[in-house]
Amino acid sequence: MMVLRVLLRDPVATLGLFIVLFAIFVAIFANWLAPYPNDAFESHLLQRLKPPSVEFPFGTDNLGRDIFSRVILGTRNALLVAVAVITAAMLIGVPIGLFAGWREGWLSEILMRTTDVFLAVPQLILALALGQLLAPGIGAAMLALALTYWPFFARTVFAETRRLRGSLFVDALAGIGASPLRILFLHVLPNAAPAVLVRATIGMGFTILTAAILGFLGVGATPPSPDWGLAVSEARQHLPEAWWFPTFPGLAILVLVLGFNLLGDGLRDAADPKIRRSKR
Amino acid sequence: MTSPLLSIQDLSVHIRGDAGIARILDGITLSVPPGVTMGVVGESGCGKSTLLRAVLGILPRNASIPHGKLEFKGKDLIKVNWAAARGRIGFVPQDPYLSLNPVFRAGDQILEIMRKHAPGTRKDHASTLIDLFRAVQLPDPEAALAKYPHQFSGGQRQRLLIAAALACAPDLLVADEPTTALDVTTQREILALLRGLVSDKGLSLLFVTHDFGVLAALCDRVTVLYAGRVVESGLTSDVLRNPQHPYTRLLLACHPDRAVNLLGIPGTVPAATQQPEGCRFHPRCPIARAACSKEVPPVTEFANSHLVACPWYADELPEQALA
Amino acid sequence: MARYVIRRLLLALPALFGLILLTFVLSRVIPGDPAATLAGDAATPAMIAEIRAQYGLDRPVIEQAFIHVRQVLTGDFGKSVFSGRPVAEEILQRLPATLELTFVALLIAVFLGVSLGLFAALNHNGIIDHLVRVVSVGGLALASFWLAIMLQLLFAMELDLLPLRGRVDVALGLPPRVTGFVLLDSLIAGRLDLLLNGISHLILPAITLSLPGLATIARFTRSGVLEVLQKDFVLYAKAVGYGRFRLAAIYVLRNAVILVVTQIGLLFGALISGAVAVEAIFDWPGLGTYSVQAIISADYKALLAVTLVVGFVYAVVNVLVDVAQAIIDPRVAEDVT
Repeated sequence: MMVLRVLLRDPVATLGLFIVLFAIFVAIFANWLAPYPNDAFESHLLQRLKPPSVEFPFGTDNLGRDIFSRVILGTRNALLVAVAVITAAMLIGVPIGLFAGWREGWLSEILMRTTDVFLAVPQLILALALGQLLAPGIGAAMLALALTYWPFFARTVFAETRRLRGSLFVDALAGIGASPLRILFLHVLPNAAPAVLVRATIGMGFTILTAAILGFLGVGATPPSPDWGLAVSEARQHLPEAWWFPTFPGLAILVLVLGFNLLGDGLRDAADPKIRRSKR
Repeated sequence: MTSPLLSIQDLSVHIRGDAGIARILDGITLSVPPGVTMGVVGESGCGKSTLLRAVLGILPRNASIPHGKLEFKGKDLIKVNWAAARGRIGFVPQDPYLSLNPVFRAGDQILEIMRKHAPGTRKDHASTLIDLFRAVQLPDPEAALAKYPHQFSGGQRQRLLIAAALACAPDLLVADEPTTALDVTTQREILALLRGLVSDKGLSLLFVTHDFGVLAALCDRVTVLYAGRVVESGLTSDVLRNPQHPYTRLLLACHPDRAVNLLGIPGTVPAATQQPEGCRFHPRCPIARAACSKEVPPVTEFANSHLVACPWYADELPEQALA
Repeated sequence: MARYVIRRLLLALPALFGLILLTFVLSRVIPGDPAATLAGDAATPAMIAEIRAQYGLDRPVIEQAFIHVRQVLTGDFGKSVFSGRPVAEEILQRLPATLELTFVALLIAVFLGVSLGLFAALNHNGIIDHLVRVVSVGGLALASFWLAIMLQLLFAMELDLLPLRGRVDVALGLPPRVTGFVLLDSLIAGRLDLLLNGISHLILPAITLSLPGLATIARFTRSGVLEVLQKDFVLYAKAVGYGRFRLAAIYVLRNAVILVVTQIGLLFGALISGAVAVEAIFDWPGLGTYSVQAIISADYKALLAVTLVVGFVYAVVNVLVDVAQAIIDPRVAEDVT
């Protein structure tokens, strides 16, 4: 809660927190908030490409669907994808980081060299190759993103574990006979938690952005999903007439990613007093 | 007495911070005549660094000078701007490890000072600098010009910085505890070097320190600061042998020849934002009277302009305070 | 210094070798029989067997891995499933276009990023500072493909100020290929019209691509300069009367740039990722459009080859970054050796 108080003192981070909480709210109540919740799947060819109006605040798309509703429904997709990807990446990366940080030996060495390999290629390129090989679709894209993001968690946790392994309190715990697993999960992991949390928050923004690019390139979400990246891609054929078609889904990406980035920055500053001081 | 080279009169410096306005310096008066070495002594937080930064014109942005004069060669630097004194005041900083930019050649960094503030071409400057390197006993002076700071030892870097301070042939040298970051042997060498240079060139020196031993070895006169005010000043021999202010007496009784260390004096230095009324030392003073907490103590003058800001200088200190 | 460069190169090798193995593993997890995929829809079992033998797919896995490594090291990435031409040739054909675009984008990012960051730091907590902070956070949140489309919509479609797509106007045609870089080749051919035309085509994609980098560099320059301004040597330089401009623009900036240079290595990843979408949108005939095409046509050979090439370029860039850092900061090379 200390972190939260420090965070709320920073207006920019508070804005980030507000955006993220708002997006979560919208995602949960999407079906009630969207004026036309069925527009995820239904098309109305008679009202194609209508400009923004009171009836359709963000206009309609090429199939006559209300873009406002689809942006709201798309929030749910974007957040679900990001949460699933980051959770999966954490489930892979955190144990690997803990293990490789705790034990020194050939296995740890191989594990950390493997993270190097994954970090040797830009995430998007790797995700593209993986996503394509696993047959295009939102599931494959999510798996690909998780497989490209886990090394960041492994690295973070590895560094933290190595740092703590030599510390006095770990020695003391080992001295009184605590098992390594107990030490790792009850004592080392909580200490690494702030760094992991910061990573995860920034990773949420990154994943939403990358998933949108994948959707745009046709490796992620498939029609008729109300995915934002997919919408921008579909809109390209209707430019310059329907400017509203790509604009609003794109703005939604911008705002949500911005929210996570601001929050992540704020968390990092709050977790690291040294940075906070130099920020003055 | 000849007119002083540096004359500080009733100088105050305030710093605005989160906790309010801190009166770091409060009515400091101090002067350095030509050819005189003046030591300023006090514990951390007494304002000696701020005094030095004021003289050099590098006070932080949130600092202000509400009143006072800072005259160098008869010109008030506060009014005419410090640019008038650049090059005429040489500065030897405290930490030789941190005071040179690691990514530029040490020689280039000094030549830049000379380019701005000394007449002549770069070639003239370089040959002057090599002579100076020789004077400060830097090994292999020609090669030193092309080296980076990290290629010198700490003592060598301090010699470099002394050479830099002398580069524009200044009238006054200002030094900020230039030996604290060095080991004891090197400290002694650097002090001997500084003493030799100052007397050879007839320079004036303003030397800030918390070390009475260094002070005794180097300075003709001394000014003792406590919590932003001068408590005592005079010839070094007078002040060290015959201290009058209870603060000075306690300091010297605790550690006659070592660093200022107040472990022997109960209490702590007051925070700069919460200075006590009256004499700032009274909460810790063993001979304080009721009046001490109300009125700023008057200054008494002894022989050789030995000044003491305490009217009770004649009182004996209680035995346990000296133990 | 030479020893440092060699050491640094050697350090990059294990990851690259691992990457080659990774692409091998990936090529084996593809659903289905790669030989059947290669042979096409109308293949007879005999043809598939022949292809299997030809590509060594009938050998033990370990041996296949060795073959894969040898092929990659000799620059043999196999034939494109889509066009039937050697993938290496196709990539070489397109690489200059991507390099030209990313290089110009990087140039914009560094120049504008460093200037903005420096001004922000010197104007700490002022209006410029706040603006730069907004740009640096916002720039990282912008989806490049969306920005590309918005810029196209505004500057090419509505205002008609800049060309919509391609490297040069189709009517003008490309200059004779010498380096593969349009700007250089038009200079070599002495075609000023082509040069200007090429530049006008570069503006929108390069700006789009530069934005995340610009944001990152501005941000690191700002915090770097702020950090350096706190250092004792800056106070010392002020005390001994360095010029204001020199202090800010040279003395402090050089230290801050060291922090920024490290970021450029990481940025290159963002640039390449951005290039995929940006190239696809601006019809820029580089590796980005190539990979998008490979995705559409399920050309896994091409995709894996692009992954490898990008990995190699990425490694080289990171070595260059470290070398640049050693040049700017004389302490780096000595600490390592």
